[in-house]
Amino acid sequence: MASDLILFYAFGAIAVVATLLVIAQSNPIYSVLLLIASFMALAGLYVLLDAPFVAVTQIIVYAGAIMVLFLFVVMLLNAPREDALEASGSTEESTGARALGLVLAMAMAIELVWALNRTRILGFAFPEGRGGTSWSVAELGRILFGNYAFAFEATSILILIAMVGAITLAGRHLTEKRIPNPEPRITSPEPLIPSPESRIPSRSPWQA
Amino acid sequence: MNADRLIIMVTPFVLAQLAMLGFVFFMLLNSAAVMVYVERKVAARIQQRMGPWLVGPYGALQPLADIVKLMFKEELRPKAADSILFALAPVISAVAAFTAFSVVPFGTETTLFGLLDRPVPLQVADVNVAVLVVFAVTSMGVYGIVLAGWSSNSKYSLLGALRSSAQMISYELSYGMALASVLVLAGSLSLRDIVNAQAGSWLHVIPRWYLFLQPLGFFIFMTAGVAETNRAPFDFPEAEQELVAGYHTEYSSMSFAMFFMAEYINMVTVSAVATDLFLGGWHGPFLPEYLGWIWFLLKVSFLLFFYVWMRWTLPRYRYDQLMQFGWKVLLPLSVVNLLLTSAGVLYFG
Amino acid sequence: MAGLIHYLVLSGVLFAIGMMGVFLRRNVITMLLSIEVMLNAVNLTFIAFGRFLGSPDGQIIVFFVITVAAAEAAVGLAIVIALFRHTESLNPDAFRELKG
Repeated sequence: MASDLILFYAFGAIAVVATLLVIAQSNPIYSVLLLIASFMALAGLYVLLDAPFVAVTQIIVYAGAIMVLFLFVVMLLNAPREDALEASGSTEESTGARALGLVLAMAMAIELVWALNRTRILGFAFPEGRGGTSWSVAELGRILFGNYAFAFEATSILILIAMVGAITLAGRHLTEKRIPNPEPRITSPEPLIPSPESRIPSRSPWQA
Repeated sequence: MNADRLIIMVTPFVLAQLAMLGFVFFMLLNSAAVMVYVERKVAARIQQRMGPWLVGPYGALQPLADIVKLMFKEELRPKAADSILFALAPVISAVAAFTAFSVVPFGTETTLFGLLDRPVPLQVADVNVAVLVVFAVTSMGVYGIVLAGWSSNSKYSLLGALRSSAQMISYELSYGMALASVLVLAGSLSLRDIVNAQAGSWLHVIPRWYLFLQPLGFFIFMTAGVAETNRAPFDFPEAEQELVAGYHTEYSSMSFAMFFMAEYINMVTVSAVATDLFLGGWHGPFLPEYLGWIWFLLKVSFLLFFYVWMRWTLPRYRYDQLMQFGWKVLLPLSVVNLLLTSAGVLYFG
Repeated sequence: MAGLIHYLVLSGVLFAIGMMGVFLRRNVITMLLSIEVMLNAVNLTFIAFGRFLGSPDGQIIVFFVITVAAAEAAVGLAIVIALFRHTESLNPDAFRELKG
C-alpha cells in the first residue's frame, strides 16, 4: 500500500482533530498551541504535494512568527477563559444567529463533499508531472521576481503599512494619559536650634 | 521526492540511515555533557582557579556526577502551574534543539568499511531546503521558553520568558539575512552543496571558505547565533543576578536538565551550521576526504570554545541595549551585507 | 493513492471548521484564529491544484497569502489590544457603543 496515502490520512487526521479542538477549547493558549499543531500537519501535507519550500515557509512565518504574536497577545491580555458555546452577554437573537451559522457551515461542507463526489473522473490522480520532483527554490524565485514582481513589491509595502498600523494602534501614547510632573517635594523646615553637626563641614566617610 | 512510491523496504542502507540517526542523537547527548565540563573548566581557568578536579582524572567525570545529581533531585511543580504546559515546555525546547541538527552534514559519505553497497552520507537527512529547515526549527524553539515562563505562574518566569523570546525573535532576522548572504554566494539551499562550494583553495594557501568572502556576514551570524541561544553577553533574560534564573526558575531535576541540555545543543547546532556555512565544513588540508569529519569536529570545537570564552570575558548587555543593538545595528548591517554580496556576485559573476 | 479529491475534501472540511469557529466563538482572539484556519484551508487548495496542474503559480499565490495573513494578524491583534484597553473585555458582544 502506498505510504503516501497513509501519510495523507495521518496528517489529515491530525489537522482536522487539532482544528476542531481549536474552536472547542475554552483556554485561548491551548487554542493557539493546537493551531500550531494543525499548521505542522499542513506543512507535512505540503511536503507530500511536492512543495517543500512552501512547507518550510509556513512553519517559519505562520507557526513561528504569527502564532508567537498571538501567544504574546493572549498572555499580555491574560485572556479570560470563556465557555465554548455560551457567553455572558449572548442574547436571544445572537444565539439564534449563531445556530443558523453553524447549520449553514455544516451545510456548506456537506454540499462541497457531495459535489466533489459527483465528478466523474476517478479520484483526479496526480500526474507524474516533472518527473516527480518539485519546483526548486531558484525557479520559484525566478518566477516570483519575474512575473509577480509587482505583487511582491506591493506586499512589502503592505507589510510596512501593517507594521506602522500595529505600532500606532497598540502603542501606549494613544490610551494612557501623560503623567504630569510631580509636585516639588516639601522640604523639611530649617531647624530652630542649629545642631552642632550642621556646622561641621560634611565629609564623606569614604575619603581617606 | 517521489511522493507516489514511498514504499520502504528494510535494506542495509535503510538500517545504516537509522543507525546514523541513533549515532547523531547519541553524539549530541555526549556533546552536551562534554560542554558542561568544558564550560566549567574553561571558566575556572579564565578566573584563575582550578575548576572541577576531584571527580575522575582532571575532573573529567564531573558531568556524570552532575547528571546523577539532577536525576535524583525531587521534581517540584508549583501548585498553580498549568501542568500540561509545565511538562510540555522543556520537551519542546529539547526536541527543537535535537531536530535542528538533523539536517546538518558533518562529513562526506561513508561505506562503513565496505559493509554497505551504497555509501550513506554523514547526515541524518539530506534535504534540499536544509538551511530553511534549521531556521524553521530554531524559531519553534521559542515556544519552549514562552510556555515555560507562562506555565510557571510566577512573575519572574513570565518576565524572563517574554524578554527572552522577544530577543530571540529580534535576532532571528539578522540570522536569516546573514544566511541569505551565504545563499547568494552558494546558489543553493542545501547545506551539503554549500560546503562543497567551499572546497579547494586560492593559491594553494588560503582555503575557499566563505569566511574570507564574507567576514561581516560571519560576524553577524555568530552574534545573532549567540543571541538566539541566549548566551552571554546576551543572556540577560536568564541572568542569575537579575531575574532569579528567569524562565526556568520553577523547574528542577530532569526538566531543568532538559532546558540546560537544549541550550547546549542549540549552541552546538549554531556552531555546526556556522562551520558548514562559513568555515568550509569538513574540508581541510592534510587529511583525505573521507576523514573530513575530524576537521569538522575541530572547527566546531573551536567555535564552541569561542562561545565559552565570550561568556566569561564579556560583561552582559542590558535588555534595552540588547534590543537596540539587534534592531538598530545588526539588522541594518546584515541588510547592507546582503546588498553588497548580491552586487559582488552580479559584478564578478 | 491520494488524489486531488482527497485534498479538496480535507480543505473543505477545514474551511467549514474555521467558519464554524468564527460564528460560534465569543472571544475575539479565537475568532481571529479561526480566520487563520480558513486561510490555511485555502492555501491547501491552492497547493493541491498547483500540483495537479503542474504549475508553480499555486505555490506563489500561497506565498502571498501567507504574507497577507501575517499583516492582517498583526493589525487585527493591535485592534484587539486597543479594544481591550478600552472595554476590558474580549467578547465581541461587549463592543456596543456604536450600536444604533
